[in-house]
Amino acid sequence: MSLPHWAYVAMLAFCLAGTLPLVPAFRLQVLKQPGRLLLTIGLAGTPFLLWDLWATHVGHWWFDADQTLPWRIAGLPLEEIGFFVVIPVVSVLTLEGVRAARRGVRPGAPLSREDAR
Amino acid sequence: MTYTAIALLCVPIAVVLDRWVVRTRLTSTRDWWSAYAIIVFFQLLTNGWLTGRGIVRYSGDAIIGSGQITILGDGRLFYAPVEDLMFGFGLVLWTCTVWTWLGRRRDRSGARSSEEALG
Repeated sequence: MSLPHWAYVAMLAFCLAGTLPLVPAFRLQVLKQPGRLLLTIGLAGTPFLLWDLWATHVGHWWFDADQTLPWRIAGLPLEEIGFFVVIPVVSVLTLEGVRAARRGVRPGAPLSREDAR
Repeated sequence: MTYTAIALLCVPIAVVLDRWVVRTRLTSTRDWWSAYAIIVFFQLLTNGWLTGRGIVRYSGDAIIGSGQITILGDGRLFYAPVEDLMFGFGLVLWTCTVWTWLGRRRDRSGARSSEEALG
């Protein structure tokens, strides 16, 4: 596989690289609640994934075979399914990052009694 | 139904779910709008990558624009069809609604079980 095949993967990796550091920086509890996160991905991502499957099948949009990995599930590139996992995760991390910042949590600041609760 | 029609529906559906069905009322909070502002900026960047390079391509029959890749105009904003902004709004708001709702359920059941433990 040549480099262009990784173009969509690169976008997903960029999204995660930008948001996962929020977890240690703002001491987010998101990844410590895997059940809540997985259920969120399932409940939020599934209706959009079904829409995507249908829209791809009726030809509203399609994917460039030269810029995606070769694997397909029900006609969708793996990356497109990954999109509906990655986008919910980055949305939750951003929301919780904002909530933490507005509660006064600051990156690098020592753990206060308030955060330790 | 075209992508335009479904994308237009997607926004009010997400808002109704947030405000009146699930009642998380995120669209009344500064936290959510701040988070959305950050997300939509990065959506324009990352979606610009997907659409500008033609990783994802759209049928001119399904969108407001013609299907040609343009940075601005012809129904596109930073390469992406404007419909993608509505799609993104719906996906992000619905995700945050579900996440917040599950957290409230957890807090309530947590409060109940600690009361039981105390009681």
